[in-house]
Amino acid sequence: MDLTYTEEEEAFRAGLREWLAAALPKLPAKPSPQDWPGRRAYDTAWQRTLYDAGYGHVHWDASPTQRLIFLEETEKAGAPYVGANFVGLLHAGPTIASEGTPEQRARWLPPVLRGDEVWCQGFSEPDAGSDLASLRTRAWRDGDHYVVSGSKIWTSHAEVADWCELLVRTTPVSEAVPKHRGITWLAMPMDAPGITVRPLRTLAGSTEFAEVFLDEVRVPAVNRVGDENDGWRVTMVTLSYERGTAFVGEVVACRRVLGEIAREARGNGLWDDPALRRRLGRLAAEFSALWRLTQWNVSEAQRSGGVPGVGGSVFKLRYSHARQELYEAAAQVLGAGALDLGHEWSLDRLSSLSYTIAAGTSQIQRSIVAERILGLPKGR
Amino acid sequence: MDFQLTDDQRALRAGVRELLERRLSAPGSSRGSGRAGPPGSAPGAEDGLDRGLWRQLGEAGFFSLMLPEERGGVGLGLPEAVLAFEEAGRVLLPGPAVASFLAAGEVAGAAAGETVVTAVDGTLVPWLAEADVVLGDASGAVPLRSVDPLTPLHRVPGTPGAGRGVTEAGRGGPGGPGPGVLLYAAEQLGSAARTCEAAVQYARDREQFGRPIGAFQAVQHLCAQMLVRAEVARAAVYAAAVTRDPLEVAGAKLLADDAAVRNARDCLQVHGGMGFTWEAQVHLHLKRAWVRAQLGQVAEEAEEALASAL
Repeated sequence: MDLTYTEEEEAFRAGLREWLAAALPKLPAKPSPQDWPGRRAYDTAWQRTLYDAGYGHVHWDASPTQRLIFLEETEKAGAPYVGANFVGLLHAGPTIASEGTPEQRARWLPPVLRGDEVWCQGFSEPDAGSDLASLRTRAWRDGDHYVVSGSKIWTSHAEVADWCELLVRTTPVSEAVPKHRGITWLAMPMDAPGITVRPLRTLAGSTEFAEVFLDEVRVPAVNRVGDENDGWRVTMVTLSYERGTAFVGEVVACRRVLGEIAREARGNGLWDDPALRRRLGRLAAEFSALWRLTQWNVSEAQRSGGVPGVGGSVFKLRYSHARQELYEAAAQVLGAGALDLGHEWSLDRLSSLSYTIAAGTSQIQRSIVAERILGLPKGR
Repeated sequence: MDFQLTDDQRALRAGVRELLERRLSAPGSSRGSGRAGPPGSAPGAEDGLDRGLWRQLGEAGFFSLMLPEERGGVGLGLPEAVLAFEEAGRVLLPGPAVASFLAAGEVAGAAAGETVVTAVDGTLVPWLAEADVVLGDASGAVPLRSVDPLTPLHRVPGTPGAGRGVTEAGRGGPGGPGPGVLLYAAEQLGSAARTCEAAVQYARDREQFGRPIGAFQAVQHLCAQMLVRAEVARAAVYAAAVTRDPLEVAGAKLLADDAAVRNARDCLQVHGGMGFTWEAQVHLHLKRAWVRAQLGQVAEEAEEALASAL
């Protein structure tokens, strides 16, 4: 059990800090949340800056520990988030790197690293959420193309994306073909005819997601990654990738916010309430432990050659709940002020409600833990 | 950074587990709850402390794990001690193990398991009548009808948390909680992991409505939450053992107390009616977890310490 970083890791951290201190003051002004083209330009420009400085590959090539350091230091320095580059860097990119042909890797990976192209994700459907494998968007072969019809939902950055990593059904479900076996992974160009994007307004008032309607969209067959009907396995490569270090920056941010909540309470007199102090004290223990659990999981991934372990589900279950608790405590400290959406914490309180739902609801995560980690019989 | 157990640490853990399981499941050991008297008997009315076990632990180096080799110890660190106490928590090792461990090298015979050492901890003194040496001021101690049939308890006058008889075994010095707090946390962690395993095993074996109850999501989700509690506590306890940071120790105790108590409750629930019986032994984990939660550093102290550092 060693929590000290190696000389090499410390050198990486020091170099990154120094570079961030020089690079961040040169950032342009942040675009407004509703300015999608502006957000895309801002996020991709940041990725280009990282790329030029040699940090563009960090999500792919760096060791798990270096990735942890990168996410920790960029959050502490207040650097931009991965934003519009998320799917390209953390979902589609790793999938193509692992499952794509040399030609596919050469075509799609460099533009993601340089911040030239943005990807979105077409996985979930209105009737396929937690039960993703039941998706019904159909694709049939027509010469050297697939023709795709159906609809996708919860697609972030669909308005500004160049590519969509799309899961489609190429073989209908039957007694001989279970639902996981008839799915294919396609890279769909977002400027193809037949695509309609409709923004979805979240309960926080923002339009973070969109519905994507597909009406006989033609996708070249060479855009298929992996074999036809093997898309479920191809996708699982991607999904396991996001578990290891996905929330590093957020845990760092939560610990900072907790300190700010304590400062606010000291200022407005609520600190005299021992119940509130104890609530915040417990949250401090919670986020400290979540940070250590992250280091534990990263070390495990490092030992296993980069493969994230089962710790991801354990972490997500606890973290998503802790984040909601954090913003409930913030609301207690703000009192009536928590009703003012002008306060950052009020908006963050609203968005925290998605954490126990997105990327696998807590209920699904518990079933995964019960069956895959604890070895309990298949649930019903 | 390599925040995982080393091969040596794994071997140590396996060795301690083997020793404790062999000893505590043997006939005539101090464990068998079947032989334990009715709940709430006076201290010492039970089978008493198993001094043979205590000496055996001493011979195996359990108490002298952190004592430097030049003083006859094993010369290992707090992380290794935490792993050993995690195992003690798994099997509900009876006796004042934390106080005796911390007295090794200070009190003659403690390291060898020849001298049983206990300590005043807040207003509580575990194993007072059985101990050869009591650290702290135990004057005026009155026996309790201990809720834990395997831990006789005395109370001494004073206010909870006031720090009477402060010892390293207990609440630590002015610099914050001492290693003793973390060893209690390690025992709580071991208990939390053990009750999770027991619940999972029972959920696999027990059938109702024609299938194992572990196939029902309601039961699955209880078990999943137990694992989450144990694993989060594990990260906190192990990290605190490495850093020895007082706030991390406080947080580790807080989360490990919570994991042990709530996992024992859920384990009891998964066991259904059997969980409510004396013979199922689940209650022993719950009761010990309640006792440990009152030792070392209690939740209020830990939370206030963590809050004041915010």
